[in-house]
Amino acid sequence: MSTAKTLTFTIDGKTIQAAPGQTIMQAADEAGFYIPRLCDIEGLRHQGSCRVCTVKVNGRTTSSCTQPAEQDQIVESETEEVLNLRRDLVRMLFHEGNHLCPICEASGNCELQAMAYRLNITQPTKFPYQQPVRSLDASHPDIALDTNRCIRCGRCIRASQDVDGKGVFGYVGRGVHRSVGVNGDNLADTNVDITDKAIAPETCPVGCIIRKGVGFTVPIGEREFDLMIIGADIEGKSDD
Amino acid sequence: MTDTPPKKRIATTSLAGCFGCHMSLLDIDERILELVKIAEFDRSPFNDLKKFTARCDVGLVEGGCCNEENVHVLQEFRQNCDVLVAVGQCAIMGGLPVMRNAIMHSDDPLKDCFDEAYISGPYTQNLKHQIPNDPALPLILDSVYACSEVVKIDYQIPGCPPSADMLWQTLTALLAGEPENLPRELIKYD
Repeated sequence: MSTAKTLTFTIDGKTIQAAPGQTIMQAADEAGFYIPRLCDIEGLRHQGSCRVCTVKVNGRTTSSCTQPAEQDQIVESETEEVLNLRRDLVRMLFHEGNHLCPICEASGNCELQAMAYRLNITQPTKFPYQQPVRSLDASHPDIALDTNRCIRCGRCIRASQDVDGKGVFGYVGRGVHRSVGVNGDNLADTNVDITDKAIAPETCPVGCIIRKGVGFTVPIGEREFDLMIIGADIEGKSDD
Repeated sequence: MTDTPPKKRIATTSLAGCFGCHMSLLDIDERILELVKIAEFDRSPFNDLKKFTARCDVGLVEGGCCNEENVHVLQEFRQNCDVLVAVGQCAIMGGLPVMRNAIMHSDDPLKDCFDEAYISGPYTQNLKHQIPNDPALPLILDSVYACSEVVKIDYQIPGCPPSADMLWQTLTALLAGEPENLPRELIKYD
């Protein structure tokens, strides 16, 4: 990845340098400019499905985790219009599943929750609460799967396929019924292991994939996003 | 006589909540002395007033609606308060009680919830094997509703419970007639 940074473009008026083939988000990250994202994580292939990384490129909305950087692009990221799009996307994720932060052991480590904090989501919304009935799979001795909290980002799917070479997780169903399933009757039937990348704490952004027995090792209030706004690590990078 | 502005009026109630948000409001500690200089409590569990005595500037609602009485109280609050604030996750999205709305493998979650609570639960001692049905009990709703699904809500203060600092900042801003402006570091959903 040591290709020379020969391209320049701007995000919100700030000049960013990029190497050919880099996405807008990769170039922004390296320049210390954070673009919110949920389905994209370093080390896995880009999917561009959550759309929280939506930016405007030359006036059109696109997902910055999949859009390649190009010379002289004009990217808008922190404008009120784009921020409102992101807020609505995150709100819809909250309303679509059963996201009960007070009872969730991922609270404080949850990227969905942290994104809502970052986007200042506090006020009443126009969306109805769907309150779907979804399954809880506690069959495996080390791992539980509470799909009430799943946002279908597909990070576990890509980690299991591409990193672990197993394909334990996969999408099932279509449209609004699309969900993440496992390749067996339940988790205990699969060849999943607690050491898999798909089960690693950083892979699931929410509290859907649960590692049993460690949930409250760090108390509520002292967790990652209790102490830091999501994206602050990227924004803190050297800015030249 | 100095012309002090008339005191603002605050009403509070706990619907399907645990009173944790009220406890958190009391955690403003000695700042309550500043509060009573500019405001006084109307209908509230703090003073045990059961009915509104006058129109209120700010109504704080804790908890969502799980029974008929909750709906009536919430509607009365909407009618009698200029600004209605949903305080805490239960008021905002139903909170813990909302777990009874979607129970896995259940076609009738309310019945299953009652059966577990009063009849089949492993620690239940209920010799009559009856679900309480005294006419004096408020009629339970089919599911738990967030406040915004029942009446118009003007502001929300998230948290379980919202911290005393958060409640203090919001309440003083609203009493001063300013829009609520929650500092990002105080926003918590847990």
